[in-house]
Amino acid sequence: MATLSLQNLVKRYGKTEVLHGIDLEVADGEFIVFVGPSGCGKSTTLRMIAGLEDITSGSVQINGEVVNNLEPKHRNIAMVFQNYAIYPHMSVRKNIGFGLKTSKLPKLEKMKRIEEVATMLGMQDYLDRKPNELSGGQRQRVAIGRALVRNPSVFLFDEPLSNLDAQLRTQMRLEIKKLHQRVGNTIIFVTHDQVEAMTMADRIVIMKDGYIQQIATPDDAYHKPANEFVARFIGAPSMNMLAGKAMDSHIELWNGASIPCSKSNLGIDRNITIGIRPEDLHICTDNNPVLTGLVSVVEPLGSESLLYVDVNGTEIIASGPGRNAPLPNTQIDLTASVESFHIFDQETGESVV
Amino acid sequence: MQPGNSDAASSELAVKANSKALLEGSSARHERSLGQFIRWIVLFAGGVLMVMPLVYMLSTSFKFPFEVYNLNLIPEEPTLENYTYVLGDGRFMKWFINSLVIATLTTISNVLFDSLVGYTLCKFSFRGRYIVFIAILSTLMIPTEMLVIPWYLMSQQFGWLDTTWGIMFPGLMTAFGVFLMKQFFESVPDDFIEAARIDGLNELQIWWSVAMPLVKPALAALAIFVFLGNWTAFIWPLIVTNSQDMYTLPVGLTTFSVEQSVEWELIMTGAAISVLPTLIVFLVFQRFIIRGVVMAGLKG
Repeated sequence: MATLSLQNLVKRYGKTEVLHGIDLEVADGEFIVFVGPSGCGKSTTLRMIAGLEDITSGSVQINGEVVNNLEPKHRNIAMVFQNYAIYPHMSVRKNIGFGLKTSKLPKLEKMKRIEEVATMLGMQDYLDRKPNELSGGQRQRVAIGRALVRNPSVFLFDEPLSNLDAQLRTQMRLEIKKLHQRVGNTIIFVTHDQVEAMTMADRIVIMKDGYIQQIATPDDAYHKPANEFVARFIGAPSMNMLAGKAMDSHIELWNGASIPCSKSNLGIDRNITIGIRPEDLHICTDNNPVLTGLVSVVEPLGSESLLYVDVNGTEIIASGPGRNAPLPNTQIDLTASVESFHIFDQETGESVV
Repeated sequence: MQPGNSDAASSELAVKANSKALLEGSSARHERSLGQFIRWIVLFAGGVLMVMPLVYMLSTSFKFPFEVYNLNLIPEEPTLENYTYVLGDGRFMKWFINSLVIATLTTISNVLFDSLVGYTLCKFSFRGRYIVFIAILSTLMIPTEMLVIPWYLMSQQFGWLDTTWGIMFPGLMTAFGVFLMKQFFESVPDDFIEAARIDGLNELQIWWSVAMPLVKPALAALAIFVFLGNWTAFIWPLIVTNSQDMYTLPVGLTTFSVEQSVEWELIMTGAAISVLPTLIVFLVFQRFIIRGVVMAGLKG
């Protein structure tokens, strides 16, 4: 069990700065997920915590102790890699026990721990198999087992589910979450998949271009995005972004439509972007539509349909009924409540509401 | 045309088309089998060319001296006398042991040190790494004949002439081995190394227990190359040794050829016996190469 603190963490490769001062406090037992597109610096941050990358400036503290100059083995961490990094020439037993190779525990105690971890992960019947005799999910379990057996202060996961198929990924996601609830260790999990981030994290750290965009609970990241990037990144399908201008008592959209809005802090004549989640944009049943457009594509999802609507040349995604959804090439009216609007400054991209 | 006629015509057309296709198919098959036959002939000829010297060596080793220059493969009067003579000659066993010790130690040394240097050059980032690698590689361009004199002078200065160490030292590490191992270590994912680093192993332990088992096929190939190279080495052992006791097998075998005559039957007998360890080495290490290929296939 451990706390983790990153203070003004900077990473440079030659003259190129890839992390520009990361600050983060992780509480004991917290499940933190770093999420962001490729090249945002999430894996680099994780590798700096692990001690696999040098720290250019700033500090990493585990349990209040600065570990910048400590070797990875002295940080009491364990890491699960994207490609599992389990050794093909060793059996499952040896792979799980590999983390104890340098431990001074008696041999019997080591054996006991390996058995315990294997049982916890449902791998007790596979201990004598080689990795090439296991499925992808089982291999990932072995990798997690190798991390678990050392009982580290912090678990680091570097996109561990990326190599699994969709069904297995969902299953492993659940297993890792259950595991966290059982062992309660601090976990830092890196992913580029916002669904993984939303479903697993206590708090999400959303990153872009080496900067943290927002640190928030999944609920807050979804409902109160700090900026346009977070709003677009979190949620699938992505939030609709409409250009507009804040007026005195209404918002004027790019297509000339006017929506009554009396949010006081918008200012007058200010260029804004209005974000509306697809599920907040419905087919209008009264005579007061916000948008009108032509349905181009319908994606039925069973319980609902996603409607891709062309509104004055801009593609908008709206939510439609699961049954009897409008057909393509149908003109439809769409509406959304003003309360569901996310409003961002057009210049800075920051949330203004 | 009546519908019935139309059906008959179309079925006739189909039959014609089918027979044409069959004819074309049979001609293609004929061409294929001819091509295959030619390939077999070429391969067979190649095989005969490769095996003939070995067969001739074995055959000669069972011949009496009067029959040596007769090219028949089956001796008229087969004899084991040559084997009794060669194996009974204490010198031969001495040379055999010399060669075995030198080739084995050199192989172990190469497998260990070439892979250690290859691993370092592959997995560690340090200033001048590329220059070191190029410098090592560039030594491949220097022919052995050019190195023999400096080696000899060095051996003389160190007092290594006519010693086992003197015969061995130039081959204890090879640029080729370093290159081969470096290239193979490239295929070992860095995640394996980093995972072991996090698990608390030191760099030497990581090299030995993680990286080395993953490049077993390369180690086996290197072991075969080095062992064969040293087992058959001739020029340097000839130069650095003076006493017959220190000769290696290839050098020793030349003593069967003297100014007055060449005792081919004895040379061939010695050669036939000396082939055995190389065959054993190849058979032992070949399994690792095959197993390595299988493992790589499953990993993918």
